[in-house]
Amino acid sequence: MHTQSLDSLAALEKRFQEKVDAEERIEPQDWMPAAYRQTLIRQISQHAHSEIVGMLPEGNWITRAPTLKRKTILMAKVQDEGGHGAYLYGAAETLGVSRDQLVDQLLEGTAKYSSIFNYPTPTWADIGAIGWLVDGAAIMNQIPLCRCSYGPYARAMVRICKEESFHQRQGFEIMLVLSRGTPEQKRLAQEALNRWWWPSLMMFGPPDADSKHSAQSMRWNIKRLGNDELRQRFVDFTVPQAQFLGLAIPDAQLTWDETEHHYRYGAIDWSEFQQVLQGNGPCNRERLAARRRAHDEGRWVREAATAYADKELRNRRSA
Amino acid sequence: MSDSREWPLYEIFIRARGGLDHKHVGSIHAVDATQAIEHARDVYTRRQEGVSIWAVKSTDIIASDPADADAFFEPARDKAYRHPTFYEIPDEVKTL
Repeated sequence: MHTQSLDSLAALEKRFQEKVDAEERIEPQDWMPAAYRQTLIRQISQHAHSEIVGMLPEGNWITRAPTLKRKTILMAKVQDEGGHGAYLYGAAETLGVSRDQLVDQLLEGTAKYSSIFNYPTPTWADIGAIGWLVDGAAIMNQIPLCRCSYGPYARAMVRICKEESFHQRQGFEIMLVLSRGTPEQKRLAQEALNRWWWPSLMMFGPPDADSKHSAQSMRWNIKRLGNDELRQRFVDFTVPQAQFLGLAIPDAQLTWDETEHHYRYGAIDWSEFQQVLQGNGPCNRERLAARRRAHDEGRWVREAATAYADKELRNRRSA
Repeated sequence: MSDSREWPLYEIFIRARGGLDHKHVGSIHAVDATQAIEHARDVYTRRQEGVSIWAVKSTDIIASDPADADAFFEPARDKAYRHPTFYEIPDEVKTL
């Protein structure tokens, strides 16, 4: 019996991998290896947490946006991030994990989220730089996920990518206005670029050789392109945009490689990335504290909603 | 003469190809969920329209009221800035 069940497990795994290799999508009711399920729960929930925590650095500027127009745009963007978090939590829940479990993991600090959101937004120009660079890097990472092997995740990413395109454009537009403004405004834009350039490059994750989840995720078609390839693509797209703005990329080693048709960039300080990942970034504690406070302060709303739903149910039964 | 028990109505959703989402195609009258799936296959996929069927009891569908649509969806009407075309990016700037 035991060998028979091992055989059938091997057969299930073989069939699963054949489906993945044939570019078929895996759906919630399908058999999948336990490790595939766990990898997806980790990745999709981290992605959801990143959307939720990502609301904080920008939310910081809603009350201080320079015009009513910019304020409404920023509110719309932050609303989108909340919505994207909801799509992604929903996709993770199809794998059999509960929303409460995922939220608890974030609030207890046992789940990760993108380390980029642990950097502060001291000036209005940071909002421009986030849209242009951080959302630009996120889109670059997310487009291949639209073809990910897990159906609910892939479909959520299609919707998210479609909605994200305004985020990057509004960010670039902020940078454009600032860089064509007064010398003071241009200086703010340059300083924001200086702050966000390297953390944006780190968003693609460690070099492929050091990335512990990459190879397996590639085999499972969860990840379609390597970290280094995506990072290179981002640099190649972004450098000409910075040149258009008349801003300098803060990298003395940056050169154009005429033979390979790529920009070559300097060494990334991965010790900074590790520090932020381990909780020692400029805003890690502040971000988690803000999430916990929001969760606690929202408790009465959740309780009131549940109490109201219960009352409605009782009324319908007794009617 | 009516039957001893009326069959419920099910709403049928079909996934046209692997990877796509299920789309509503219509309703089916069936004695139970299993039969709803079989009847939906016979009624809605005679020309290979799908690879997967969902059946949901019609009474379990919670719908917004079409009569309220104007007011209900009004909040999104004046928010053109949620669309990428709202932002003017010079033609020289590529891949944005």
